[in-house]
Amino acid sequence: MAANPMYQFNVYRIGPEIKLGEIDLSFTNASLFMVLSALTVLIIFKLGSKKNIIIPNKIQLLAELSYSFISKMISDTAGTKAKPYFSFIFSLFMFVLFCNMLGMIPYSFTVTSHIIVTFVLAAFIFIGVTIIGFLKHGLGYLKLFVPSGVPIVLLPLIVVIEIISYLSRPISLSVRLFANMMAGHTMMKVFGGFVVSLGIVGGWLPLSFSVALTGLEILVAFLQAYVFAILTCIYLNDALNLHH
Amino acid sequence: MFIKKTLFSIISYCALIKTALSAESGGMPQLDPEFWFSQIFWLVFTFGLLFLILSKFILPNISSNLENRKSQILENIEKAEEQRQESEDKIKEFDKIIYESKVQAKNILNEAKKKISEDINNKKKVLEDEINSEIKAVENEINELRKRSPETINQIAISTSSDLLKQLIGADVNQSNISAIVEDLSKKEKGKYYGV
Repeated sequence: MAANPMYQFNVYRIGPEIKLGEIDLSFTNASLFMVLSALTVLIIFKLGSKKNIIIPNKIQLLAELSYSFISKMISDTAGTKAKPYFSFIFSLFMFVLFCNMLGMIPYSFTVTSHIIVTFVLAAFIFIGVTIIGFLKHGLGYLKLFVPSGVPIVLLPLIVVIEIISYLSRPISLSVRLFANMMAGHTMMKVFGGFVVSLGIVGGWLPLSFSVALTGLEILVAFLQAYVFAILTCIYLNDALNLHH
Repeated sequence: MFIKKTLFSIISYCALIKTALSAESGGMPQLDPEFWFSQIFWLVFTFGLLFLILSKFILPNISSNLENRKSQILENIEKAEEQRQESEDKIKEFDKIIYESKVQAKNILNEAKKKISEDINNKKKVLEDEINSEIKAVENEINELRKRSPETINQIAISTSSDLLKQLIGADVNQSNISAIVEDLSKKEKGKYYGV
């Protein structure tokens, strides 16, 4: 059973069954790794912000570099108006990054390889951004669907396309992260299985693939967290600075 | 009949997909809704807590740390700029002092040169005066000697000629005659004998 590459994505209960009415809210391995990711982020940044030293130590440097990295990313893509949403995007990036990275530890569980998790995050972002857009611009936010400089003949078509592309944002955002994580982990599992089945003689080739894939997956783990955060920034930019 | 068949096939397809997607048959566990609500609940819980703690307690600290560092660096740069200005002023002062002392040294040197050359000139003058007076005295002496030399020569000529005549003739010749002849000759031939 363990040789099944999809087995690693199984969710199972840890501890007793917790039920709220009909809804099952049990603590699972997915919950465990969410808690671990959040705790890791909190510990690292707590340590990194504890002392106020002029010349930072390593952990403080890490925290401050992350802070200025995200801050620069937000101001580059969404401008200064997005400053109130910094904490959210920072938490989002760090949460996704650490879920991805903890998933790279062998025998661990990748929270973000589950579509329901990424979809809830993306849907929350989508709904939040839409609400912000309507709050800032009122019904004028609908102008987002009417690009300027388009011939009137083409307008109905363009508006329909724009609305579809806007509505598909949460799906593309969530599926991108989910599919990347799942595909990478499945591939690694498959190559790991090849190593075992080909044995000491033929196992070296898939093993080297596995090693290369591990490096690639670490890159993907970072990149997908970054893409997730930067797309959030871009959506936020649409809502804050309407310039179609 | 046809519709029934297609409906049946669709239903069987759905059943196939359902079995394929269920975790037991090796499909995608992600699509098994058994723990969806649990995952949503724990996601909201952990992420919400993470967001709250980060935004309330940790990020403000980091932000203030960064601000502090920035202001400290700016302050230090300002201070460094001030000190640089100060050192530049000091260098200017130093240059001025060196320039002044150089000028002073030049003046002293020039004065000393002047003094020395004056001294030398004075001494030269004194020496020249001395030399000149000595030369004059010697010239005078020479002139005197020259003035007196014709008379002496005349007397020598007179006495020599009288001695010669005495030995030739054997008798004394009148001295006054001889002297008259000599004088006459010396006057006539003055240029020839003395180069005067």
